[in-house]
Amino acid sequence: MTRTVILLLGLGLLGGCSDSWNNPYPGSPSDVNVLYSAFGERPKHLDPARSYSENEAEFTGQIYEPPLQYHFLKRPYTLVPLTAEAVPKPRYFDAAGRPLADDAPAAQIARSVYEIRIRPGIRYQPHPAFARDATGRYRYHALDAETVADKRQIADFEHSGTRELIAADYVYQIKRLAHPGLSSPIFGLMAEHIVGLKALGETLQQAARARPAGKLDLNDFPLEGAEVVDRYTYRIHVKGKYPQFIYWLAMPFFAPVPWEAEVFYAQPGMADRNLTLDWQPVGTGPYYLAENDPNRRMVLRKNPYFHGETYPSDGSDEDRAAGLLADAGKRLPFLDAVVFSLEKETIPYWSKFLQGYYDSSGISSDSFDQAVQFSGGGDPQLTDSMRDKGIQLVTTALPSLWYVGFNMLDPVVGGLGEDRRKLRQALSIAFDYDEFISIFLNGRGIPAQGPIPPGLFGYVEGVAGLNPYVYEARDGRVVRQPIETARRLLAEAGYPNGRSARTGKPLVLYFDTMASGPDAKSRLDWMKKQLDKLNVQLVVRGTDYNRFQDKMRKGNAQLFEWGWNADYPDPENFFFLLYGPHKKVASGGENAANYDNPEFNRLFERMKDMDNGPARQQVIDAMLEIVRRDAPWIFAYYPKSFGLRHGWVMAAKPNPMAKNTLKYRRIDPRLRESRRAEWNHPVLWPIGLLALALVALIAPAAIAWRRHERKTA
Amino acid sequence: MSFMPVILWTDALILALLAGVLALVWFIRRHEHLRAPWRNVAQRPMAMGAALVLTAFVAIGLLDSLHYRERLPDSPPDAPQYSVEVLSVFDALVGELRTQQEKTYSAPLATRLYAKEFVERGGVTVRDYPRLQYGGAHLAHASEHLPDVVRRSLIGLAQGLAASLLLFGLLAAWQARRARLVFGAWLTAWWLGQLGWPGRTAAGMMALLLVLAGVIMQLAAGYHVLGTDKVGQDVLYISLKSIRTGLVIGTLTTLVTLPLAIGFGIAAGYFRGWVDDVIQYVYTVLNSIPGVLLIAAAVLIVQVYIESNPELFDTAAARADIRLLALCLIMGVTSWTGLARLLRGESLKLRTLDYVEAARAFGVSHARIISRHIFPNVFHLVLIAIVLDFSGLVLAEAVLSYVGVGVDPTMYSWGNMINGARLELAREPIVWWQLGAAFAFMFTLVLAANLFADGVRDAFDPRLGGRR
Amino acid sequence: MFAYILRRLLYAIPILIGVNLLTFALFFVVNTPDDMARLQLGVKHVTPEAIERWKAEHGYDKPLLVNAEAEGAAQFTDTIFFKHSAAMFAFEFGKGDDGRDIANEIQTRMGPSLAIALPVFVIGLMVNITFALLMVFFRATYLDLWGVVLCVVLMSISGLFYIIAGQYFIAKLWNLLPISGFAGGIDGLRFILLPVLVSVVAGLGSGARWYRTIFLEEIGKDYVRTARAKGLSEVRVLFRHVLKNGMIPILTGAVVVLPLLFMGSLITESFFGIPGLGSYTIDAIQAQDFAVVRAMVFLGSFLYIVGLILTDISYSWVDPRVRLQ
Repeated sequence: MTRTVILLLGLGLLGGCSDSWNNPYPGSPSDVNVLYSAFGERPKHLDPARSYSENEAEFTGQIYEPPLQYHFLKRPYTLVPLTAEAVPKPRYFDAAGRPLADDAPAAQIARSVYEIRIRPGIRYQPHPAFARDATGRYRYHALDAETVADKRQIADFEHSGTRELIAADYVYQIKRLAHPGLSSPIFGLMAEHIVGLKALGETLQQAARARPAGKLDLNDFPLEGAEVVDRYTYRIHVKGKYPQFIYWLAMPFFAPVPWEAEVFYAQPGMADRNLTLDWQPVGTGPYYLAENDPNRRMVLRKNPYFHGETYPSDGSDEDRAAGLLADAGKRLPFLDAVVFSLEKETIPYWSKFLQGYYDSSGISSDSFDQAVQFSGGGDPQLTDSMRDKGIQLVTTALPSLWYVGFNMLDPVVGGLGEDRRKLRQALSIAFDYDEFISIFLNGRGIPAQGPIPPGLFGYVEGVAGLNPYVYEARDGRVVRQPIETARRLLAEAGYPNGRSARTGKPLVLYFDTMASGPDAKSRLDWMKKQLDKLNVQLVVRGTDYNRFQDKMRKGNAQLFEWGWNADYPDPENFFFLLYGPHKKVASGGENAANYDNPEFNRLFERMKDMDNGPARQQVIDAMLEIVRRDAPWIFAYYPKSFGLRHGWVMAAKPNPMAKNTLKYRRIDPRLRESRRAEWNHPVLWPIGLLALALVALIAPAAIAWRRHERKTA
Repeated sequence: MSFMPVILWTDALILALLAGVLALVWFIRRHEHLRAPWRNVAQRPMAMGAALVLTAFVAIGLLDSLHYRERLPDSPPDAPQYSVEVLSVFDALVGELRTQQEKTYSAPLATRLYAKEFVERGGVTVRDYPRLQYGGAHLAHASEHLPDVVRRSLIGLAQGLAASLLLFGLLAAWQARRARLVFGAWLTAWWLGQLGWPGRTAAGMMALLLVLAGVIMQLAAGYHVLGTDKVGQDVLYISLKSIRTGLVIGTLTTLVTLPLAIGFGIAAGYFRGWVDDVIQYVYTVLNSIPGVLLIAAAVLIVQVYIESNPELFDTAAARADIRLLALCLIMGVTSWTGLARLLRGESLKLRTLDYVEAARAFGVSHARIISRHIFPNVFHLVLIAIVLDFSGLVLAEAVLSYVGVGVDPTMYSWGNMINGARLELAREPIVWWQLGAAFAFMFTLVLAANLFADGVRDAFDPRLGGRR
Repeated sequence: MFAYILRRLLYAIPILIGVNLLTFALFFVVNTPDDMARLQLGVKHVTPEAIERWKAEHGYDKPLLVNAEAEGAAQFTDTIFFKHSAAMFAFEFGKGDDGRDIANEIQTRMGPSLAIALPVFVIGLMVNITFALLMVFFRATYLDLWGVVLCVVLMSISGLFYIIAGQYFIAKLWNLLPISGFAGGIDGLRFILLPVLVSVVAGLGSGARWYRTIFLEEIGKDYVRTARAKGLSEVRVLFRHVLKNGMIPILTGAVVVLPLLFMGSLITESFFGIPGLGSYTIDAIQAQDFAVVRAMVFLGSFLYIVGLILTDISYSWVDPRVRLQ
């Protein structure tokens, strides 16, 4: 037994004599210009028509290039061209097709046209789909299953090629949104806006039914709302006025897809080897997916054909002071590769970050005190042990909101009656989210004052933007109203001291949550504690995802916890969650609270088509007043992200809207190499101790055995 | 009445189980051949010590199984209303341990929180460890902390010793009278270990338990002995509440297993033929499905049921309870196969014995043969299986809660504690007390159960019994 | 012999059908195809049409068990159950709901699972037997007594604690091994060491204790006494006779788990980030990916039955008196 252990240990050391014993990247030198990162859940889709979740955007954002992008440094978030020549300005037409002025009233506008001109000379990543032989024919467009049988990844194809990006690729992708086999998550939404997309979807569905075996070639099906003007120009026709459409043009849904890739992946045997566009994307971006083993690691490598982009040189003075403009004008991207390793558990993730094996890390609230402390003024600062390691802290407010919704169809808490409104207001005060933020988030959140998170138009900071029904201003600070106010409101609502004034029965409320995981129990306990203050009984019902969705759809819940991440930085993207016609029950929209206030709906319809400016702010303020008074949600908090970076990672500004920021990232591999060696000295005494213990255990046995032998001999 | 008794499903089953066990004990006491192996168990020091520890756990578990709902203050006397919170007699006994909640983590016996906060001090806001609301609140100055802890421990020690001395005296007097011995002579026999049962171990164990209880009670009056968790709840209280969950899973699951295993196992072995084929088919199918999947599916089914019938479960406790029961049921359904297989083999052998064949030849009914000849001869196997399975089931609960298909997340259980501790270990300085407490309690229970099971097995299994 | 194996394999078919039916029933009692579609399609902007399309694409738009609209045999074949189960008997698992080929996935994940499970099995067996033999050799001394107590103590600790302690001390505090991860080839050795070590220690208590009783039983038999009477030394008796004969129940007992080694360990794999079949199963359960769950259950029960057959064969092999019929 001991011998095996020693043998194994010896072998283990042999395999790792060149670097630290605990290095999780054996065989790769640590001074390469490679960023090490992690992913917690394997991405489901990397096809730009299907991918929608945050963790997928980490990859698709680097690989695909839609026409527009967010400026890396500017705040508020600003759109700038990426592959386009300029940010397109819509032209408006009335029902008869006559052009209208830019300031024409929204009711007159029947159609908006976005004309996008892309820059010539942009090329795709190397990929076998583009490879041609000497005669100019595609090498890999007529493969049989046998040839594919021994291919496991894209790199197994010997030849590769590239092609220039053309406008038709963008139009091709817009058509893909309607493809029935792809079930794009935004097809339903875009069918409402892009002219002819709905019809195309139906045509394609019929065509697919008519020819179940055959593949659909999208080039055979025209789309009225997307036309190719010339090699580098295309137009998108949008129904009516939809100013938010421009933001969609910065998402991978509107990135180009070359038809060659679809033909390539449609060949027999490809899908069985996981060779599909959903797993092996083809894009024009700064990086391409070189290795895709979602069970272990995914590797992005620098695209050798990248069109070249330079680090932005227009930043604010603060950015300059923070050293964010040091790289201004330099060619992007900086890194040769990015390695993402699968890491599902928090403990290994955090430990590896501290050991220097991950270059940056978010902080879970439980590792918080080790990393961050607050200075007297309330500013977060790194602890000494972190600063000694050269770690830097980056904080940013996210364009997201967590809320507790009331089901407005519920007889107890719902409805617009004065008594129930007061009940909701009382509960809004009682749920002390300031405390929640300090216990569960360690301060990584801002108590929400309304539906619009910071960083978006319409958000007002400080005392001026407080929610007067929950908070009050005291000495220029925003303070939660005292619990007595809540008690008074509760009494006015007909529940003095938590019992119904009519029947004398105690008020019992039901709270549905999807909370699961290690933290769930404490959170649910906390919820109960909040309403204990009002003498109201809260029954918490933990539910799994499906059951929760089901309840939402049927409107069976009473109180529930939910959140929303901005799709784009416009207040419309949050207010539409409260728009009456979007009710979850009956219409299946995103308004889970089933809130329906005619005045609010009217203002929303006006606000959504307005351009940012004082007039819009005025409408928004009116809308805020209505939702704060009606309190269909308890506005819980806007989450903040706190990220840690090792000293060898150069200054970078977090930009929660832009997903393609890896190209701006730069590291100092030499510093990393020396730090890793310094931090990972193996501690050997436990091995010695173990050996000693074994000897101590075995020696008396051996002696006894010797004695025994002598006796019997 | 200022409270309304609540009988949860598991409470009812536990009480039924208790009644069954008592009846069995009464039955065994009256039959000498059944008593003999138990007397053998009682002579083993390890088994006896373990049994005492188990008794302590069971006592807490039973107290925690008597549930009630408190009447709300100022509710009208003609139509009394009750709180939705379900409490137990145990909660009432520990009193303040349940209600004295801090804000968040604090270390065992600490007087301050474990995390820094902004505190107003002399008009200036500084970030410091704030004082606890309850833990050590009686201390005027930090320097009194250690002496106070020592003083309380000593008092507890003395109280524990006094109590055990008193108990021992009573026991000795009673035993001496029963054995018609002089008190002194009995003491000598006790000291020399000539009582026929491990008196020294029992007395020592009892003293240890009482001293421990004394010290903890003294300290718990002024501190959080095992610290507090993330929302400031006392970890000692959580650990003690978790005992019931562990016991319920360990015992009720067996209760489900037994009829299935005994019925199917004996039937398959005794009747053979198609009965045997069908039963073998069923248990091969069940055995070959990964248990986690079965359990996950069952837990989900129960959740759907609860959610479609919210009116049946008016309190959170009832919801958590039904899930616990479902967990026991499904674990029982998946774990009867091993014992059934064993019993089948044994019955196959027994049915060929002369007296069984003779009974059949005389036309004695199958039911009678099974109950008179087969069952009594396999009973020891059943008993051994029960005690051996118990510890495995307690351990399994922790793993299932980790996977997310265990008991309800609002329920107190060691599995949930360990699950929560995963994040706490990533803190630095680490929060170790919740994991430590779960470990200590679980380890004690499982170790005691294992040692007791060893004793039972050695006493009942004729093959291994004599060889030690 | 061959006929016997063939018959047993045929006998496995009704069992596999039963397993399939049961899995199917359990899964669809709680998850409607609509639920599955919604889970796969994500949270935002999901329309009823999208759900219908997803179901049609993945073959979940048919009735579950009986298709009342169809004619004749199609009543049973044109259903979700039949369409998703029949192919399995040819080991064609199809695609998971995430679009990845399951057979391909199983192939690539089998290696990492075996890389952990096989060393745990072999080293565990060796360590347990060594420990048990030591205790038997020193039977009726304090070493045996404390050895048994140590076994019980080791048994009484939850497996989770071994993992947590191993990761915390060995990987985090002492920097001896990587805390989690996996790599192929010789590089992978450092990743395997910790999970193997932890699993072996976790299994030591119950294993060694069980083998000890087997050896003790063997040592009480007549032939051992005869051998001792012939003047053989205790060590020779122990190794020549007791170990050799004791290995029969140990090995035949171990054979049944041998095929299941392929399935990996659920907990160990997810804690240590091993991309094996165990973590695949857990992920599939959590993602409610029915296609994968069903394939893994099918594979598991198939391997279980293979294990049973292997056990029978190994019995007849070590003990010629047992005839396979």
